[in-house]
Amino acid sequence: MSVPEFVLGDVVKVLEPDATVHPDNDPGLSPERCVALYEHMVMTRALDERLVTLQRQGRIGFHIGSLGEEATIIGTAAALDETDWLFPCYREFGALLLRGMPLQAYIDNMFGNANDPVKGRQMPDHYTGKAYRFGSVSSPIGTQITQAVGFAWAAKLRGEKIAAIVYFGEGATSSNEFHCGANFAGVYKTPTVLVCRNNGWAISVPAERQSATETFAQKAFAYGLHPIRVDGNDLLAVYKATREALALCRAGKPVLLECLTYRLSGHSTSDDPTRYRGQDEMAAERLKDPLPRMRAYLEKKGLWSEAQQVALIAKVDADVKAAVEKAEHSAAPELETMFDDVFAERPWHLREQFEECKKAPRAPGHGAH
Amino acid sequence: MTQMNMVKAINDALRVAMRQDSRVVVLGEDVGKVGGVFRVTEGLINEFGAERVFDTPLSEGGIIGTAVGMALYGLIPVPEIQFSDFIFPAFDQIVSEVAKFRYRSGGEYSSKMVIRTPVGGGIRGGHYHSQSPEAYFIHTPGLKVVCPSNPYDAKGLLLASLRDPDPVLFFEPKRIYRAARSDVPEGEDYTVPLSVAKVVRPGNQVTVIAWGAMLYEAIEASNKAAEAGIDCEVIDLRTLWPVDIDTIVNSVKKTGRVVVVHEAPKSCGFGAELVSLINEKAFDYLEAPPTRVTGWDTPFPYTLEMDYLPLAGRILPAIQTVAKY
Repeated sequence: MSVPEFVLGDVVKVLEPDATVHPDNDPGLSPERCVALYEHMVMTRALDERLVTLQRQGRIGFHIGSLGEEATIIGTAAALDETDWLFPCYREFGALLLRGMPLQAYIDNMFGNANDPVKGRQMPDHYTGKAYRFGSVSSPIGTQITQAVGFAWAAKLRGEKIAAIVYFGEGATSSNEFHCGANFAGVYKTPTVLVCRNNGWAISVPAERQSATETFAQKAFAYGLHPIRVDGNDLLAVYKATREALALCRAGKPVLLECLTYRLSGHSTSDDPTRYRGQDEMAAERLKDPLPRMRAYLEKKGLWSEAQQVALIAKVDADVKAAVEKAEHSAAPELETMFDDVFAERPWHLREQFEECKKAPRAPGHGAH
Repeated sequence: MTQMNMVKAINDALRVAMRQDSRVVVLGEDVGKVGGVFRVTEGLINEFGAERVFDTPLSEGGIIGTAVGMALYGLIPVPEIQFSDFIFPAFDQIVSEVAKFRYRSGGEYSSKMVIRTPVGGGIRGGHYHSQSPEAYFIHTPGLKVVCPSNPYDAKGLLLASLRDPDPVLFFEPKRIYRAARSDVPEGEDYTVPLSVAKVVRPGNQVTVIAWGAMLYEAIEASNKAAEAGIDCEVIDLRTLWPVDIDTIVNSVKKTGRVVVVHEAPKSCGFGAELVSLINEKAFDYLEAPPTRVTGWDTPFPYTLEMDYLPLAGRILPAIQTVAKY
């Protein structure tokens, strides 16, 4: 039996400090694609900020965002083939929109109104997007990992040449599901890329308190997965690393892809990060912000200008405003929808309970429309 | 017709389903080469191959979690949990994911699967090979729960469970895996509908509700009660949830007296729900307080297991008490 070489490769980086790209590292994205992906990052960031404002104004109940992690999320999603599938954690709305979900549907989800694709049944940012080959967000940590592995396993059994990518934070590597999922992926060689968004923090617990290992990627060795580490704030590097990971997993070598990024916001709108992390750390991390880095690259190549930036932000603002306006004035889901989809057909006890519910006084504040 | 036990009948159901529908796959610990520790999946790997029957790593969370992924893809996985006592590492997947997928995704996805698992005591298994955890799952909206009492029903209910659009927990009473025998049409396709109970012994004075292995104890107690002049009606629920409320209520309206029997601990057991439903729907017809004969509120014991189980010797006095109330 050969002894495997536990060698963790270098962190994949593409963008140089001077905002250039060495030709040997260039992932070969067209200028148009580079601009489009940058625009999508800016849109995601702007949307994030607007949603936080809406939450502070009391107009939506909650938001969990991706501030600082846009390159990781957009870069991985952009590297997928159209037929590949994504299994989200809960910060991947940028990926869902990149996959084609209309902004209005996402905003309707934030309001949980009658037009919400999941019928107002979950908190904001708990979206589903089967039509976009995108899974369904649930709050328990790590449950999507085994599911993505099972999905990819089924596709492999059926001879379908697709890959499944699954997102989770570095905190989730402590969960049962990470162990189960990584192990099954290794045993059955499923075409899966496990994307660990190492954003430094699991709510208030820093990455170094999640694990005694020096890196999260090295956990791959224990499961027979291939480890890759990438600068998660470098859009081009994330794209390149994900393409490599996808090729490996399609060839029977599932990958644990650790994206080194940083959560510039709190965990969610319910969190107050000033209670556990200092301003110095934040200041240092802001210097690595993925958006200015990509912008500098585009500007250096003459692909972007301040005028374009201003116009883009104005467009996003207008789009979000219109979507929010519509969502806010949409009706709440019908009372009856509460009893649908528990089972494919409503059994006697839910029919009875619906009748009882109909007769009960409506609670104030909800469903008055 | 072939006389067969429940192990063979369930095996036959899986064969019938797997021959008809290539989406059906079996996965679990030791379900392949060895055919499962109870031999329920014996020979399936030979007929259907290692592409449809999987000996998985020893990981209940992994088994159910990957089965969810398979179901989202469009397969119909039949994961086996070797003993229902070991289902708890997968509890999060079952409760948070399997049960909620259709609802939380607004109907876009479903997590259709049939989780098979041996249940119950009386096999000298101590508390980690004997428990009856059905109430946890009945309490979780989105799951159907089945527990057959004989080979014919086991096959028909399993085939019905596989074709039902919702996820099903299929509890197999291991005490009667080989003890109960009945005529089963081998290799043939038939279903026993879900949510339809069966009156296995008609009677007029006391309704006795049971399922799984305890059905036989209920019948034995009812036969003894008949010798003392008490005419019991015994109902085999077959599907625990959604329960066949009409059969229960019709019987109680006739008898006015009811005894519910189950192996699981008494407090918050499924019997508590059944008694509540009877109180809500047939209170005016009751002649005696509905009574439960169940396992005790203790962990399942090893040496004293027969004193823990609600055997006929404990059911009979309960029948007598409600009859003369």
